[in-house]
Amino acid sequence: MEFFRIHKDIPFMRHALVFNVISLITFLLAVFFLAHRGLHFSVEFTGGTLIEVNYSQAADLEKIREGLTKSGYTDIAVQNFGSSRDVMIRLPLKEEQNSAKIGESVMAALDTAAPGATLRRVEFVGPQVGKELAENGSMALLLVIVGIVLYLAMRFEWRFSVSAIIANLHDIVIILGFFAFFQWEFSLSVLAAVLAVLGYSVNESVVVFDRVRETFKKVRGLTTPQVLDHAITSTISRTIITHGCTQLMVLSMLIFGGETLHYFALALTIGICFGIYSSVLVASPLVMWLGVSREHFIKPKKQIEGANDEGAVV
Amino acid sequence: MNRYPLWKYVIVAFALLTGFIYTLPNFFGESPAVQVSSGKATIKTDLKTLERVEMALKGASVDTNGLFLDTNGVKVRLKDTDTQLKARDILEKQFNPDASDPQYVVALNLLSSSPQWLTNLHALPMYLGLDLRGGVHFLLQVDMKGAVTKRLDSLSADLRSLMRDKTIRHGGINREGERIVIRFRDTDTRIKARNILEDNQPDLLLTEQGEGTDLRLLATLKPTALKKIQELAVKQNMGTLHNRINELGVAEPVITQQGADRIVVQLPGVQDTAKAKDILGRTATLEIRMVDDTPGALEAAIAGQAPFGAEMYVERGGQPLLVKKQVVLTGDRLTDAQAGFDNQSQEPAVHLTLDSAGARIFKEITRENVGKRMAILLIEKGKGEVVTAPVIRTEIGGGRVQISGRMSTMEANDTALLLRAGSLAAPMEIIEERTIGPSLGAENIAKGFHSTLWGFAAISLFMIGYYMMFGLVSVLALASNLLFLIALLSLLQATLTLPGIAAIALALGMAIDSNVLINERIREELRNGASPQAAIYTGYDRAFGTILDSNITTLIAGIALLVFGSGPVRGFAVVHCLGILTSLFSAVVVSRALVNLIYGRRRKLESVAIGQIWKPGNTPTSSVN
Repeated sequence: MEFFRIHKDIPFMRHALVFNVISLITFLLAVFFLAHRGLHFSVEFTGGTLIEVNYSQAADLEKIREGLTKSGYTDIAVQNFGSSRDVMIRLPLKEEQNSAKIGESVMAALDTAAPGATLRRVEFVGPQVGKELAENGSMALLLVIVGIVLYLAMRFEWRFSVSAIIANLHDIVIILGFFAFFQWEFSLSVLAAVLAVLGYSVNESVVVFDRVRETFKKVRGLTTPQVLDHAITSTISRTIITHGCTQLMVLSMLIFGGETLHYFALALTIGICFGIYSSVLVASPLVMWLGVSREHFIKPKKQIEGANDEGAVV
Repeated sequence: MNRYPLWKYVIVAFALLTGFIYTLPNFFGESPAVQVSSGKATIKTDLKTLERVEMALKGASVDTNGLFLDTNGVKVRLKDTDTQLKARDILEKQFNPDASDPQYVVALNLLSSSPQWLTNLHALPMYLGLDLRGGVHFLLQVDMKGAVTKRLDSLSADLRSLMRDKTIRHGGINREGERIVIRFRDTDTRIKARNILEDNQPDLLLTEQGEGTDLRLLATLKPTALKKIQELAVKQNMGTLHNRINELGVAEPVITQQGADRIVVQLPGVQDTAKAKDILGRTATLEIRMVDDTPGALEAAIAGQAPFGAEMYVERGGQPLLVKKQVVLTGDRLTDAQAGFDNQSQEPAVHLTLDSAGARIFKEITRENVGKRMAILLIEKGKGEVVTAPVIRTEIGGGRVQISGRMSTMEANDTALLLRAGSLAAPMEIIEERTIGPSLGAENIAKGFHSTLWGFAAISLFMIGYYMMFGLVSVLALASNLLFLIALLSLLQATLTLPGIAAIALALGMAIDSNVLINERIREELRNGASPQAAIYTGYDRAFGTILDSNITTLIAGIALLVFGSGPVRGFAVVHCLGILTSLFSAVVVSRALVNLIYGRRRKLESVAIGQIWKPGNTPTSSVN
């Protein structure tokens, strides 16, 4: 069985401009949604209290809301998640209250308003923790970018490292754009997924670049776009199969992983899809625009005086 | 060319065997157990406790699956949860006859049921995180400003008495924010005071300020002293927390420092967060009182008629002790307690440091009561416990007190800890709380397990279908990767969390990349007309560079997560990084060993089973044998 029966190199680079324009539009859309709607951060980042309760029969959200409002809680979000029996209650951070005691007082309020709730999970995050997490998250992102740029510049060439990182930041922004557009909850595990995607997706570009370098070295007389086309074509089967396999795993998480892993798996899914797209259709054209050529990989041979074109002397 | 020397096979076989052994304990599951540990630092669990547990259970004819003593206390393995509950009740009655004053912690626990020989090899199951076993997680922030202020307050009192002793006239000593301000009327006094302070208080940094008759000396804490105070504050608070948590009856509480000023408290299995918070936030106080040794008073007290103004207490050795109700000194006056040795007799001793006001009171008390005994009591929840009751030998001045005599080194350590841990060094605040119900924990395990299982199954099916024999090799390599990863996590005793399981699944999904790269390369070589042996050789050879590059970039992201991640992200990052390392070994070395074993010995290898090789322009030829 072989899925990819490709007669000759697919001319990806002929349409490079089109792909880049598409990329730019998606990217700008993602930025727009990020700026316009913003991310829906989980309590881990914003600080606040999250309480998950479970009822033995379908929960009456209205009653719960009423009960909590009566007890003096404002700005509460009460919603079902997973099933109609599971309820998630979110409370914003408040200065004047002893936030550490909120969990108990909410349970007490629930007992009178809608009895029969069993506590599943409480998460309380103070303001300083949330701020720190956001700072650490950005630091981690920065470290990844710098680390990858340096490594690729060392192993390949600066043109490759710059295009790889641009292509992958484009993935990251698009994932974030999805989260902003659908207002999916952006939690710590999603952040982990995003950073994992960054590493994973660079890995994809590396495989293509590796082939580009090899082709430049081995095959003479090809133009840069032809080299890139050849490199992409000869790795395309591996690209699809690998990502397909990873996606199988992520899909399994999406199906069996439940609520906690849901957004984690979702972020990975988007990351994988755009990872393929960006390394093939964003990173490679960028390398081309940046003017990579054969000379960058062939060490200049010492010219011997009086030698002919092939460098032969007697 | 596709043969490994014997030593390489041996290494692979050894790695697989080691991986298998260290993964094994995770499969035995856990059996119910009861744990008896000390509830107070003054009580030790030793072989006697073990005997007592055994006798108590035998007396009530409860069958055990073995019991043993370790650093945490005595643990008893039981066959089911019913017997576990029964045993707990029996032991609770036996060890804590007075329920209002528990001496021991009798807690339900789960013990790994892996056989002893594995435990002897230090092959232990992974430790499950709170999100998988249920429990409470607190992150406490120590108020360092509070600790420093407290220290500065006691320092200003010290300075006042120092000035008095040296008869230096000052215009007032006050703490203003994070510094102490001493006022003077003339420069000479200030110079004199400065010299004295420099000699006596090495922790203070002095600066002069003011003119004319309004002269000031500003004293701030040196950065090193500040750091020491903060470190001590965190340590002391952790000690206090430890003592308090013991009362909750938690089998394996985790109390660790995080960063410079934070403490993580994890209480597996605890559901009652209200009680937990109550206990964590409680304050304990230390009191020094005199022992009432009026002849006949003790006997009367034992008979039930304690004299007016005195209370009965039990000493550590078990002897009754009559202590006066009047409090001589409280713990606020104690600045430090350290275990050490007596200078002359070299006996273990506890060295106490009192602040100046405390030192003055202590001096008076000891002068008036030479030859009598004083009692140091720890008061918690309105109940007191005698930590130690030494005899006063001489008048003690200077605020340095030494308690010695008939103490072992360990006892001296415990006493010092107890004295230090009496109260919190600085106020603490809960800044993060997570409570996970036990059913949610079990669900999370199932979810994580199923995700990994089905993902793995799907990948295996596809790989074998697509790459035939090489697919099988890849799957075996992937399985060995899983084996190594779990073995490594068990060996490191890493805490497994749900994000950790997700990271395992993801690591597998990503590790297959290396094998796909190799297999595609081999196919490509075959397509270009290479002989099977040569194709295998060049395939592995060429793919390696790519595999290395792509794994290192992924590793960079993993390390960034490890450095900056906290909580759940950290768990994810640890597994992610380890997974990349194990995948390098399994995808390249293990799979190569397998391929070599299968194909390497055949001289005339016509074709290999790597699925159909399609060549452009030709009719498809199958290369399956």
